Amino acid sequence: MTRNIKKIKGYILLKGGRLYEPFLSIDKICDILIKNGTIVKVEKNISIKGKCKVINCKNKIITNGFIDLHVHFREPGFEFKETIQTGSSSAFYGGFTRVCTMPNTSPVIDSPELVKFIINKSKELPVYIYPIGAITKGQKGMELAEIGEMVEAGAVAISDDGIPLKNSQLLRFALEYAKKFNIPVINHAEDDCLVNHGLVHEGKMSTRLGLSGNPDIAESTMVHRDLSISEYVKGRLHIPHVSSSKSLEIIKDFKKRGVNVTAEVTPHHLSLTHEILVDYDTNAKVAPPIRSSNDRKALIRGIKTGLIDCIATDHAPHAIQDKDRDFKNASCGMIGLESAFGLVNKTLSREKVDINNVIDLFTINPSKVINITPNLIKNGNIAELNVIDPKSKWIFDENSIQSKSHNSPLIGKEMHGRAVVTINKGYITTVS
Amino acid sequence: MKRIETKHLLGLENISKNDIEEIIDVGFTFREVLDRPIKKVPVLNGKNIVNLFFENSTRTKISFELAEKRLSADVTNFSSSSSSVQKGESLKDTIQNIHIMKMDCVVMRHPVPGSCLQLSNYVDVPIVNAGDGTHEHPTQALLDIMSIKEKFGKIKDLNIGIVGDILHSRVALSNIFGLIKLGAKVKICSPPHLIQRNIEDLGVSITYDIDELIDWADAINVLRIQRERMGVGLIPSIREYRKFFGITYDRIQKHKKEIVIMHPGPINRGVEIDSEVADSDQAIILDQVLNGVAVRMSVLYLLLGSKDFD
Repeated sequence: MTRNIKKIKGYILLKGGRLYEPFLSIDKICDILIKNGTIVKVEKNISIKGKCKVINCKNKIITNGFIDLHVHFREPGFEFKETIQTGSSSAFYGGFTRVCTMPNTSPVIDSPELVKFIINKSKELPVYIYPIGAITKGQKGMELAEIGEMVEAGAVAISDDGIPLKNSQLLRFALEYAKKFNIPVINHAEDDCLVNHGLVHEGKMSTRLGLSGNPDIAESTMVHRDLSISEYVKGRLHIPHVSSSKSLEIIKDFKKRGVNVTAEVTPHHLSLTHEILVDYDTNAKVAPPIRSSNDRKALIRGIKTGLIDCIATDHAPHAIQDKDRDFKNASCGMIGLESAFGLVNKTLSREKVDINNVIDLFTINPSKVINITPNLIKNGNIAELNVIDPKSKWIFDENSIQSKSHNSPLIGKEMHGRAVVTINKGYITTVS
Repeated sequence: MKRIETKHLLGLENISKNDIEEIIDVGFTFREVLDRPIKKVPVLNGKNIVNLFFENSTRTKISFELAEKRLSADVTNFSSSSSSVQKGESLKDTIQNIHIMKMDCVVMRHPVPGSCLQLSNYVDVPIVNAGDGTHEHPTQALLDIMSIKEKFGKIKDLNIGIVGDILHSRVALSNIFGLIKLGAKVKICSPPHLIQRNIEDLGVSITYDIDELIDWADAINVLRIQRERMGVGLIPSIREYRKFFGITYDRIQKHKKEIVIMHPGPINRGVEIDSEVADSDQAIILDQVLNGVAVRMSVLYLLLGSKDFD
């Protein structure tokens, strides 16, 4: 199955699908007519004379483009792993139309000029890119970056990405200062001392494999600290890639008390367990680590109960030489944009989660975290949407990968459901 | 002539009980060879074995080299201090370079767990793990098991104690996998923070009381306390370690029962074990060294050999 990205010319008719538009609370069978990339009609039984590409959407779902709060596009600085352009293609193929890029590039995105650099680069690309600015200059954890300037330039959140903010007082300042700009603070929740150079989840696999363990408390104690500070200053905290049952318990307590916190989970933490490491597959080396089956079950419960707000991929491309190494020296992270929906839907459909709820995790829920509204599916708007085949069973094939990097332990695995058509900014991609 | 199932010796977790028993049995045959005036057999004539040591080693390396030479194999040594690894060459490139030179077997020690298993993705000749970080050291455990069997005539139902820094010990982990597989009972004794999480899942029991271990055990394997664990807050002092976990002369005297004392070497006399104990009749530390050569001959022969010997 190959795909390519084309400019839309003329009419496209999406015929016979079920429109699920959570932003407008629409859920009905109807057709959608698109002209040169703009929606011109949303109604039942549209018929058109003349030249028109008709896409049969029977038994398929038409919904908004996906939003990913957590990707690494590596530009500037690490263009050999990914570029803004290749990352965007990867996102678009995975059904994503809006992504937030993490600031751990070289140089670090810690100034308005660098925020603009990314936004400018993405202008002609099929996805909208929202940079996340660094909390501190150079991600060094010492002094606040020009957060206000970055927000004015287009940043939607701040984070020092994989480097946890150790200095609690500085996190307090960041949470307080960010309130003025109405953006969330995202802190990688791991206590470095408790991580103690751990390479995998501390548990039966770390013991069997002789690999140093990174315990779940390294995450949960930091989640607790971050939430305590955020509650105290009435800040707005977003917790990235929650991986453990213990962290969820803490998030639950704070949410119950009405603290303004959101949390994301990655497709891999939701779908895999540390058993995947049995052959020391460095592609499954991620931070925080993939944990036990109890943790995975808790994450699924967290999705069902709404404790977890959304899916975010933490798409982390790495070149062959970064991953084809001994386990200790291999880089952390896996690509995720192209397998995200198929993997999450496979996991959650088995857990009897309704497909509309799965879609919410990729659309309306992440949009609320960063206060953005996509182009809604209605007359006159730019067409920004997906046609989803929820029943499609497909193999995640290495040859089909659009990302510049191929680091994923999911290659060759079966996925359930995918965006078979994605449209945005006048571009279309289809599975053929 | 294939007498064992496994193609490599990557660890004792993933090989069968039968394979372990066969390696030990053949080990005893080689042990007899070592008692002959001429200690060399021509079974690996013409085979090239490379010893890849990415981490310092004296004893294990000498033992392997001796085993290889006594099997009449050709030996090539490669150690990271004298190699291009220092120049930034990756493990993969180093190995592919060596492999293209048509080696018949790779013996590897590496500081990172899993490296030997990863190596088996790059080369198709037998690989022998000579220690991969804090993971496994299967030939050490095999020689320990062989030495226990030599002393007791069996492994099943024996009580084997392991004392020391379990968390950082590949010797302990391989011993646990092997001994449990052969039906022994294993109890570990260590400062509580130097034990892996969930280690009971491997079938061992835990005590923090060295006297309880001595009371219980038929044999105790005393691990070396590595000096680098001192000064980083893991072991407060030698004095304190010796007091609570040392196999001291006084402690051994106190217990009436004669237990067998083992140690993988090199010994820190006066730290984890007293000289009087290490040099006593109940210690089989030097038998272990000799069995080490025999069991490594056995491993290499069973993985590589095509002809019988007598």
